[in-house]
Amino acid sequence: MQSLSVNKRAAILSFVMLVVILGVWEIAITRQVIGEALTEYEILMGLGQQRSAIPPPSDVMVKAWEQLSNPFYDAGPNDKGIGIQLAYSISRVLSGFGLAVLVAIPLGFLIGMSPVAYKALNPFIQVLRPISPLAWMPLALFIIQDANSSAIFVIFICSVWPMLLNTAFGVAGVRTDWVNVARTHELGSLRTALTVILPAAAPTILTGMRISIGIAWLVIVAAEMLVGGTGIGYYVWNEWNNLDLTSVIFSILMIGVVGMLLDAVFGTLQRAVTYAE
Amino acid sequence: MHKHFLSIERLTQTFPDGKGGTLTVFENASFGIGKGEFVCILGHSGCGKSTIMNVLAGLSVPTSGVVKMDGVAVSGPSLDRGVVFQNYSLLPWLSALKNVTFGVKARYRDWSREKVLEHATKYLAMVGLEGDVIHRKPSQLSGGMRQRVSIARAFANQPKLLLLDEPFGALDALTRGTIQEELLKVWSQTEQTVFMITHDIDEAILLADRILLMTNGPFARVAESVEITISRPRTRTEIVDHPNYYAIRNHLVQFLGKRSRDLAGQRSEVESQSPDTVRIDLSETTPDPEPKPSPTRLKAVNG
Ligand SMILES: Nc1ncnc2c1ncn2[C@@H]1O[C@H](COP(=O)(O)OP(=O)(O)OP(=O)(O)O)[C@@H](O)[C@H]1O
Ligand SMILES: [Mg+2]
Repeated sequence: MQSLSVNKRAAILSFVMLVVILGVWEIAITRQVIGEALTEYEILMGLGQQRSAIPPPSDVMVKAWEQLSNPFYDAGPNDKGIGIQLAYSISRVLSGFGLAVLVAIPLGFLIGMSPVAYKALNPFIQVLRPISPLAWMPLALFIIQDANSSAIFVIFICSVWPMLLNTAFGVAGVRTDWVNVARTHELGSLRTALTVILPAAAPTILTGMRISIGIAWLVIVAAEMLVGGTGIGYYVWNEWNNLDLTSVIFSILMIGVVGMLLDAVFGTLQRAVTYAE
Repeated sequence: MHKHFLSIERLTQTFPDGKGGTLTVFENASFGIGKGEFVCILGHSGCGKSTIMNVLAGLSVPTSGVVKMDGVAVSGPSLDRGVVFQNYSLLPWLSALKNVTFGVKARYRDWSREKVLEHATKYLAMVGLEGDVIHRKPSQLSGGMRQRVSIARAFANQPKLLLLDEPFGALDALTRGTIQEELLKVWSQTEQTVFMITHDIDEAILLADRILLMTNGPFARVAESVEITISRPRTRTEIVDHPNYYAIRNHLVQFLGKRSRDLAGQRSEVESQSPDTVRIDLSETTPDPEPKPSPTRLKAVNG
């Protein structure tokens, strides 16, 4: 045991914890179900089904197998595969996030390079930033008149702030020596921005992006519960209305997995642009 | 005053002193540098050497005065004036080679990729960097290697004037020696004009044609211009045997140790303060009225 690497020992420990948690969960649920099944009276009266019990992990696993083996089926508006629902959510997140990148990075450069622009925009940022993205929803629905675009707008507004502030911070913190290198090489402002300031500030900018994508993924679930129609948030809510807790638990897990993957992508990008001084 | 390749005319620099007043770093400083000359400037910390260099580079604007290169006033940074900064200033996300090609690409915008690479590799080889090392990032290089890359980047751009701000300040004595000799080698091949700041007297004697001496600030002056009458090529081990070596060295030590302080703070009455030329040559055949120069008596021969 001592000879194993830290990673291996940690992996074993994780696996043991998973097995224990699933085991306890499984046992707790089946006891409960058996206990209920004992009273024949209840079954006869149809009371046993009355309280939908939390499903055991084995049921969730069966559900997962079922869903993941055919993730993209489409049987009408209320019955789409988990893959389709996730694709809807991801595309909304990426559209809103993409728009936020287009706004936040150039604006962040401006704020970071010009103290005047920073001071002028700061009050707006300070007031707008603490607003919960969902608070924008009614206004967005009223102005945009389209549920899908409103959800994208909400994603945009929640992911723009961390990127904007991090870009400004990163750009403002670029060492004057590096800017002087660009100046002594007679680089124009665009070339300086692209070949010196952008790579110098890239780690900070990507940190902002990583925070943004995490928040966007948190917010999309809530936004879709509100606007309905499609997406993983709507799916969770719909399954809850159907009292299908197995699907609810399964989709919660999928939300976690996708969030983790999105974070991993940005983590990899972040590592790629990080440099040691 | 005869025409110089680079002429610094009545340069004055003041800064706010943080207490509402102004701090005059230097006032009406004037001197010139000839084409192909290697000039070192020596002075105590804080006397304004980096400030002068930033003005020469065009990175900062002096309070008053002009710098002319080839008769044209300097008004901003230019590829004609290469700079090696005090702290290397390599871009840490680029490999050593890419740091050099960064400069070459900026200088020769119409060159092909291959030509840029070949040129950069050649200059890296000149400072002793070859093979795998040139693909490493600055953080994976030693201090000496980083400074070599920085020097290669500056020389590869073949600027008309090369400005070096204490390029070897952070290096140990052994590495210093090696790179100094590499610098001399590259300089003798390229015949560039060099202006270098240093704290190290021996380094200045080894490298320079002429040493400018600055008094302490504020109101610092470029007080003397000492010719180094030691023939080239020079090596560290051989110059110490030269008859002029100790005389020159003594003069410099005396200046930095004592006179830089005595002369400090004297505001100029004259408008322009050109440095006095000092020439110490014991090997000259003509009978010297003052065979053993000492700082006090030297004043008589200053001209
Ligand atoms: N931006 C500035 N604002 C105010 N004072 C400054 C500024 N830059 C330099 N100074 C002052 O000018 C003087 C000269 O500074 P400078 O950096 O030129 O010194 P130096 O001779 O290069 O010293 P060192 O050998 O330590 O590098 C110092 O007293 C410094 O405090
Ligand atoms: Mg300095």
